[in-house]
Amino acid sequence: MDIMNVNPTRMQMTKLKKQLVTAKRGHKMLKDKRDELMRQFIELVQENKKLREKIEAELKVCSSHFVNASAVMSKKALDSSLMSSKQQTGVEVTSRNIMSVDVPVFSSVDQSPEKGDIFPYGFAFTSFELDDAVTSLNDLMPDLIKLAETEKSCELMAAEIERTRRRVNSLEHVMIPRYEDTIKYIAMKLEENDRSSRTRLMKVKDMLLEKAHHYSEKY
Amino acid sequence: MAKSIAIIGDSESIKGFGAVGMDLFICDDTAASSQLLKQITDNDYYAIIYMTEEIFEACAKEREKFAERAVPAIIPLPGVRGNTGIGQRRLSSFVEQAVGSDILFKN
Repeated sequence: MDIMNVNPTRMQMTKLKKQLVTAKRGHKMLKDKRDELMRQFIELVQENKKLREKIEAELKVCSSHFVNASAVMSKKALDSSLMSSKQQTGVEVTSRNIMSVDVPVFSSVDQSPEKGDIFPYGFAFTSFELDDAVTSLNDLMPDLIKLAETEKSCELMAAEIERTRRRVNSLEHVMIPRYEDTIKYIAMKLEENDRSSRTRLMKVKDMLLEKAHHYSEKY
Repeated sequence: MAKSIAIIGDSESIKGFGAVGMDLFICDDTAASSQLLKQITDNDYYAIIYMTEEIFEACAKEREKFAERAVPAIIPLPGVRGNTGIGQRRLSSFVEQAVGSDILFKN
């Protein structure tokens, strides 16, 4: 039995009882938080998994396009055609609160001059494989940003779930039993004191009566 | 304010991303990658930093301090040398951290 180092007084017991109620309420709330976080986390992870599989497959296609392009174009020509980008993709960062975890939300701000005009080069001296490569990569951009968002959210939520789980466990298996044991210990100690003072009073009463009436001499 | 997207990797793997508007940081030497990451993250200009898997593994230590922060998000992508499965492993490590055992990828 693990009890706290406290004075066994009635006041202390009342205080501990109040703390126990708070601890129990906190435990229930944290447990609910953990369950809800877990539910959302699993959803997010599944989404992330699908997204990653898709992106990895498509990136493979993209890089094969680039390999094809580099096979028909000279390295110098390829590099120079990709060098000057027309569009500058940026992301607006806002945050979303999932059960007290702040996760980022990325929304892309495309600053390309006009839709469909994604190629940073003229078509005259480049091969069509390069066009394929750039188009497929451009199509992949929204997914890439989404992947970054979900993966970061998963990372942050995993850490929060671990922390919450630790708190729940420490309350459930350490704090609450310790409060209960200490309260029980104080209650027993108080009863014990009560009994001992009662017997002492009875004894004293006997002694006083003996002194006044001398019973043992008469009978 | 809109932030930018960066990609770090060997020149072969990442040059295509320049065409779609990411900022390229070519790093053919994995040993120099953590130094490069430090420079990039210094002024908080990038919201997302993609990395090829080799670089991602090489600067594991430098990445640690961003694990608790919302931005930048550092995301591994397979390079031209193929997929090493590090993305999947990373995801399953999150599941393991949160749930206690890997319930998603175990067959």
